[in-house]
Amino acid sequence: MSPVPLLAVENLTMRFGGLVAIDNISFTAYRGEITAIIGPNGAGKTTVFNCLTGFYRPSAGRLAVHKDGEILQLERIEGFRIVRRAGIARTFQNIRLFAGMTVLENLIVAQHNPLMKASVFSLAGLLGLPRYRAAERAAVERARHWLDRIGLTDRADWLAAALPYGAQRRLEIARALCTGPALLCLDEPAAGLNPRESAELNDLLLGVRDEEQIGILLIEHDMSVVMGISDHVIVLDYGRKIADGTPAEVRADPEVIKAYLGEDEIDNAAEEAPLRPLAGREGGARANGAAA
Amino acid sequence: MTAAAGLAVDSAAKPPAFWVPFLKDAVLAALVAVLLALPLVGLQTYDIGGGALGIRTHFDWVAIGGAAVFAGRLALRVLQQLYRTRPTGRARVLTSIAAWGNRQALPITLLGIGFAVALPFLPFSSRYLIDLGTTVLIYVMLGWGLNVVVGLAGLLDLGYVAFYAVGAYTFGLLARDLDFTFWEALPFSGLVAASFGVVLGFPVLRLRGDYLAIVTLGFGEIIRIVLLNWAPVTGGPNGIGGIPRPSFFGLHFARSAPEGVATFHQFFGLEFSPDHRVIFLYFVILAMALLTNAFTLRIRQLPIGRAWEALREDEVACRALGINPTTVKLSAFAIGAMFGGFAGCFFATRQGFISPESFTFIESATILAIVVLGGMGSQLGVVLAAVLLVSLPEFGRAFAEFRMLIFGAAMVGVMVWRPRGLIAHREPTLRLGSSR
Repeated sequence: MSPVPLLAVENLTMRFGGLVAIDNISFTAYRGEITAIIGPNGAGKTTVFNCLTGFYRPSAGRLAVHKDGEILQLERIEGFRIVRRAGIARTFQNIRLFAGMTVLENLIVAQHNPLMKASVFSLAGLLGLPRYRAAERAAVERARHWLDRIGLTDRADWLAAALPYGAQRRLEIARALCTGPALLCLDEPAAGLNPRESAELNDLLLGVRDEEQIGILLIEHDMSVVMGISDHVIVLDYGRKIADGTPAEVRADPEVIKAYLGEDEIDNAAEEAPLRPLAGREGGARANGAAA
Repeated sequence: MTAAAGLAVDSAAKPPAFWVPFLKDAVLAALVAVLLALPLVGLQTYDIGGGALGIRTHFDWVAIGGAAVFAGRLALRVLQQLYRTRPTGRARVLTSIAAWGNRQALPITLLGIGFAVALPFLPFSSRYLIDLGTTVLIYVMLGWGLNVVVGLAGLLDLGYVAFYAVGAYTFGLLARDLDFTFWEALPFSGLVAASFGVVLGFPVLRLRGDYLAIVTLGFGEIIRIVLLNWAPVTGGPNGIGGIPRPSFFGLHFARSAPEGVATFHQFFGLEFSPDHRVIFLYFVILAMALLTNAFTLRIRQLPIGRAWEALREDEVACRALGINPTTVKLSAFAIGAMFGGFAGCFFATRQGFISPESFTFIESATILAIVVLGGMGSQLGVVLAAVLLVSLPEFGRAFAEFRMLIFGAAMVGVMVWRPRGLIAHREPTLRLGSSR
């Protein structure tokens, strides 16, 4: 069975003034697969996400989404339309829930577009026509499905801000899933989770992948998550792609080891250190310092 | 030995640590008071004849004032030290009252509506009271309209009075030039105000918080200054007069009507009384305000209302969920402005005369204060705050020039004890339990 390509990134480049955040990256994500993007801090992982979800307009390159047999160019779609047109939903590194609204409301807001359509510019909604009420019931059912899935059904009427951290992370994922995406982009979903929550997250993501047959794109630092569930790992370092393959292949890649653990040759370190800013390079910086 | 020395130092250092900051604080307060009072109280101009002004000094008053502030501040600090728990105790009482109000929201609402409907027929009711009630209801309606923009969509609008003015002038101009009646002009007032809302909305789409507040403040002033200076159309500072009063399904409120037109008292066989019109106006604004409320409560439970609230919480997340921030913001501005326009139209017909003087910044500030004091997004809170803010200065008339002082003190008090507003409670738009 050959996987169906979902997202093809070709020669993506993102420059901020003189700073090249992403330098000519190409990769493909497949339907029914979990693709992880890893790399040291500042490698450009979140920038890739921001390009994909329309928060940044790429400086160069093509972002093609295969949807229902047609190919959509993401860089030509206005930011907020990407969810509806291309079916790409995302979560954020620092959780961005609607804190003052309830858990259920968060999931209903995610279904804004279909509900808005059913409410016909709010007219059908104002009059309480059956057509709108049916749409609202369907939205609540969908929300309930995901609440059951993430184990928050009994806390549906809580304020989102009142949930513990791990539950907020799960709720943000459920909210993205409520938009009915073809590709789910998760920005460090396991950050701040304890090992048990991390394992639950793995099960949730594997379940979503298999049941919904959607693609998942994952930025993660937690290697137990990355190595445990990814079908495919892409490694970025300083905006360049340095490796691309299965978790086992990537783990054995000398370039990746170098990026994570620092240069093992003193000559290299001395040569490259002035060219590379040390900030944001935890592993590498420490190793370089020790070597010097 | 070292321990003993430490104790001695401690006991020597402790007493000053207790009262020195109080004294410092009191001296500082007195100093500020004296500095302020020196030009304001200490120097007084008077007429020395022939139109020339002389200056009289009152430094003794300044000294008395400074001493009073010193003593008062010191007493306040000492009392605070002695009764540290008292303010929180008072806050707890207020909080429990608010919590009780939340639980009893429905009976309180029904009671409030019942009282509002019955007010003109109550034994103690007077023309003055009904007039005051009408004014309160105008502010309630304006507060509910602004609540859509500020409370739900979280867009701080300091120029809301502009839409009120646009509504009033729309009716004024339509009545003067095209002989529109109140009921014919009402929808146009709302529509024109709503389009002004969209016009304001476009340039401020990218702004938030303080920056948005500054631009809306400017917008409010622009409208007022245009009304003031575009004399050929708006009448400038003279305003527009002779605005027709509303009719009751074609029946006029007048002692005698022109040929072929029925008057209210003739049709119902009543004795003519000027109070009829006052009561009728009261019921018109009551109905308009209640409609505003019903509309807002309903739209809050629709996708667009939830999108407003979501936008208030996190615009970036909204974008990522496929919500178009532009249309959501513009719709909030337009609907808020529309209610402002309706209220303006009513204001014009009630006064019969409008001029730019009625639409100054202080009106915007009052309406915003009603929304903020009432509790952002709370419909009941707006009513409470409007009754307080509009009627307090009226009842304070006995205190003459001190009433603004009392008004300010009341506002500070509310913000100290209820920083999120009188009723800071948000009812979820839907619950999983209820939809089962």
